[in-house]
Amino acid sequence: MSETHILEARQLVKRFGDFEAVKGIDVAIDRGESFGFLGPNGAGKTSTMRMISAVSQPTSGTISIFGLDPRFDGPEIRSRLGVVPQEDSLELELSVRHNLEMFGRYFDLPRRVVRERATELLEFTQLSERANEKVDNLSGGMKRRLTIARGLINRPEILILDEPTTGLDPQARHLLWDRLYRLKREGVTLIITTHYMDEAEQLCDRLVVMDQGSIVAEGAPRVLIEQFSTREVVELRFITDDHEEYYERLAPFAERVEVLPDRVLLYVNNGDDTLRDVHAAHITPSSALVRRSSLEDVFLHLTGRSLTE
Amino acid sequence: MNPSTRTDVGRSRWLRSWGYHAEFYAQTWRGSVASSVLFPILFLAALGIGVGKLVAHHHGLVDGQTYLHYIAPSLLATTTMQLGEGESLWPVLASVKWVRTYHAAATTPLEPDDILYGKLAWVATRAFVTSVFYTIIIGVFGALQSWWSLTLPLIGTLVTVAFSAPLVAYAARSQSDASFTTLYRFAFVPMFLFSATFYPLSAYPGYLRPVVQFFPLYHGVALARAAAFGQGSIPAQLGHVTVLVAMAIVGVAWGRRTMRRRLTD
Repeated sequence: MSETHILEARQLVKRFGDFEAVKGIDVAIDRGESFGFLGPNGAGKTSTMRMISAVSQPTSGTISIFGLDPRFDGPEIRSRLGVVPQEDSLELELSVRHNLEMFGRYFDLPRRVVRERATELLEFTQLSERANEKVDNLSGGMKRRLTIARGLINRPEILILDEPTTGLDPQARHLLWDRLYRLKREGVTLIITTHYMDEAEQLCDRLVVMDQGSIVAEGAPRVLIEQFSTREVVELRFITDDHEEYYERLAPFAERVEVLPDRVLLYVNNGDDTLRDVHAAHITPSSALVRRSSLEDVFLHLTGRSLTE
Repeated sequence: MNPSTRTDVGRSRWLRSWGYHAEFYAQTWRGSVASSVLFPILFLAALGIGVGKLVAHHHGLVDGQTYLHYIAPSLLATTTMQLGEGESLWPVLASVKWVRTYHAAATTPLEPDDILYGKLAWVATRAFVTSVFYTIIIGVFGALQSWWSLTLPLIGTLVTVAFSAPLVAYAARSQSDASFTTLYRFAFVPMFLFSATFYPLSAYPGYLRPVVQFFPLYHGVALARAAAFGQGSIPAQLGHVTVLVAMAIVGVAWGRRTMRRRLTD
């Protein structure tokens, strides 16, 4: 494997009985990079995460992390990884601080070191004031932050986050993103799964789009958008039971038209111009919105399905 | 934060899991301790003194012992069995399904085997401490009559592990706790009542004796009684030990499979 890749997976397959959750994917991640796995629920993201965190063994294919093979060096690899699973899996009856300190002991860190780091990490995740509180009493966002702090107790070189902000309110999400930026600046390699487009665009230098166990696109968010979508999108809603009936009439106005249950999307280079042309043709939507293309559009284009629906 | 140096050197990994359980207990033991101290004393007082008086009135002694003395060692065996049951079913299902703390542990250097061994070692530790305490109580009630009594803590620990190992394995593969209540109703409670716990095997009709002897708890009760009173043959005791050790070994082997499947699939 090349020196620059901190993690490399080849032809990774994970099968559960007859069900193939991951269908032969290739991934290479550089040191210090922030890398995303984007896809809807059931795309195979979590199975992939569990394999590249050296927890679950692939059915076939190879993984190399830090140049080591998880089949033989699992404990050593995991001692240098931090994992933030989808479920917080915290000890609810114990205090915030005890959760961190006890977890640190799994890495055989001396008590003194664990105490210092716990203090530091509570500061970092803005939980210092809650240090002695039972985890059960924390809000969802605080529990999430504590789980991230827990994942950092061994000062990992790679931090793997599975759906880090699912279920959090916008304020909690932004705080979390901010902490992840800081980690990235400090040189930690981030691997993130998400089904939020904005999260992927915000956090990831590079990402793969997964659908039904396969990678359907790979690249930097902006490059993917340029490659698979137009610069702007016009969203039109009509008072109708079936937006499909507008497809024929709107097709001439755009490079591509997508009909969703509740709206029609026109992929164009200049949204305002297009909107003016549509109005000029006496087509009158009940509402219209011009926006920039996003990864959501990339996903829609690649899979024909919307990510969040 | 700087990249770490290798942290996976030092203590055996299963010992870290043991330490985790110990620290967890140190944080949460206060709720459970009163009941575990009071229960044996109340139990011995109620049955030993109350029923004991009736027994004395009608039959005199049971196998040469007063009734109180007769049932005191079996209390050690039933309690350690219950410890094994209570520590193994719901707590393990919570750790692999509801709270998923074992899944969190599996992302650290620990392997599923380490998590299993640490758990069982911790349960054994608790069983040993509990057994020492019970042995003292039994002694206070005057039921210790032989130097073999010193083996009672080990017998109690063996009983706990013999039950805990297969039950941890079973819980680690369970999807819900529906079957746990059934186990209690149709296995643990009958075993508690009918393992020659409260009266000797000779009190059962002949055709039921093989059934009683089939119960794992019977072997724990028989061992504890033999140790307390210094009775019974060595080969018979080795037979009882063999049954319990076999349960533990089968349980560990099964648990290694179920834990690995649950945590790494």
